[in-house]
Amino acid sequence: MIEVENLLKKYGELVAVKDLSFNVEKGKIWGLLGPNAAGKTTTMRILTGYLPATDGRASVAGFDVFKEANELKKTIGYLPETLPLYPEMTVHSFLDFVAEIKQTPASRRRDAVEEVIDTSGLREVSGRLIKNISRGFKQRVGIAQALINDPQVLILDEPTIGLDPAQIIEIRKLIKSLKGERTILLSTHILAEMTQTCDGAVIINEGNLMASGSLEDLTASFKEKEGVVIKLRQHGKEIASLLGKIPGVARISQKNDEFTVEWGKGKDLRDEITKLIMDKELGLMEMRPLAMNIEELYLKIISGGVAR
Amino acid sequence: MKNIWAICKKEVKTYFTSPIAYVLITVFLVLVGFFFYSLVWWFNNYSFQAARDPAYLQQLNINQMVFSPLFHNISIILLLTIPLLTMRLFAEEKKRQTDELLYTSPISVNQIIIGKYAASLFVLLVMLLLTGILSILTFAYGNPEFVPILNGYLGLFLMGAAFIAVGIFFSSLTENQVVAAMLTFGALLLFWILNWAAGSASGMWTDVLNYLSFFQHFDDLTRGILDTTDIVYYASFSFFGLFLAHSVIQSRRWR
Repeated sequence: MIEVENLLKKYGELVAVKDLSFNVEKGKIWGLLGPNAAGKTTTMRILTGYLPATDGRASVAGFDVFKEANELKKTIGYLPETLPLYPEMTVHSFLDFVAEIKQTPASRRRDAVEEVIDTSGLREVSGRLIKNISRGFKQRVGIAQALINDPQVLILDEPTIGLDPAQIIEIRKLIKSLKGERTILLSTHILAEMTQTCDGAVIINEGNLMASGSLEDLTASFKEKEGVVIKLRQHGKEIASLLGKIPGVARISQKNDEFTVEWGKGKDLRDEITKLIMDKELGLMEMRPLAMNIEELYLKIISGGVAR
Repeated sequence: MKNIWAICKKEVKTYFTSPIAYVLITVFLVLVGFFFYSLVWWFNNYSFQAARDPAYLQQLNINQMVFSPLFHNISIILLLTIPLLTMRLFAEEKKRQTDELLYTSPISVNQIIIGKYAASLFVLLVMLLLTGILSILTFAYGNPEFVPILNGYLGLFLMGAAFIAVGIFFSSLTENQVVAAMLTFGALLLFWILNWAAGSASGMWTDVLNYLSFFQHFDDLTRGILDTTDIVYYASFSFFGLFLAHSVIQSRRWR
């Protein structure tokens, strides 16, 4: 649904996006992930026809973003990073205006506006001036305007930025509910956002593609080792060496009463460890799998520490 | 056409749901009313003198003595008000980044510009039509000639339209409304008095400077004469202003 090939964008000498390629399948939510100034907004602006690329090819919903910009703009919905709202308009009249410039047929316009007001949960504020509604509602208006032409592809630039935790959860729920027929590309610099909302991700940094794929693929391919973290009632120095004697253990580290036991990929030593603890009566208080911390993984990826 | 209408409607709504249009129109009307009152008062005095001395009677003409200077005054008020009317059109969109919505909608830059231009023309029209009450008063109590007044209004509208186009161009250059207004005002005033430089110029340049000056074309219309040269002048001025705005917006997106 979204195809990007060797995209290049330069602002004068500054290279904002370098040789970027990725594909998003129909009906999926994908995240465009990267730290600030990674080129996320630039990429999205190119995909929506707001900015021309310096080189490369991109198509959204089957329309070339350069050659068929007008057709493209009719089939996509776009939420820019800064909400494009007119504070002196009411929510309803603003959405009506957007429906008009998105060329919704006059006969459908009324229904289209009512529909997005309902799906975005704006009913209670529809008659109020945009300047008088809360940040969370403004964000909803932003999403509503992107939905008004019933787009096949939604492009959302930082849809949860500046919201409080409760609002973030609501907006995420809203975005997830929009999935289905629609393909969604959303950008974020917050990792949790991606893991909770998206099916896959494109990770970029300084305009370079660092990794891309479905969420499972990404985490699986970067997981180098497996292990557990255990908390024991008895935590003398000798216990670490005791655990270290279990065959297959690659590394042991201790922090107060917590021991991290790691082993090579493809093994599972949990049974052996439990048995040892029971035999020696070490007092097991907690045991949890050592997931490779996804924040760590992300930092590793963007610093180039993990090969694709 | 539908797109132009959508933009135009939104801009007119913005003018009239915010205080902008009301403040501009009110101040404009107060000033015009004051000028009109002074001119009529002066004309009255003159008429009393004419009653005593028939030599004055020859020059007693309400069109020349009231309307001609009135149109002159209105044009100067327009010179001051139109930069304030147009300054927000593109600068504000850019500042609020609502331009991103416009340029990612299936609507062309030309349609956006023309829509905004039409909305400002509408406000100008409202301003001028409201001053029409003054003309109606003179028709009720006096005997002015109709055609020169109509020509005067047409001229004011055309000139205002050219001012608006210049304003739109400067608004497209910046995201700061004060900068847009000041540049518009400066450019308009410069064009207004360009003929002053004609005196020191020689040969062809005298004609060119005279032709380019607003003042030269405006003098005709205050006297009620509307020449095709003047119409062409104002129309090309408008076109050029809008064309420049279009180039500025396009080039920004391609940079």
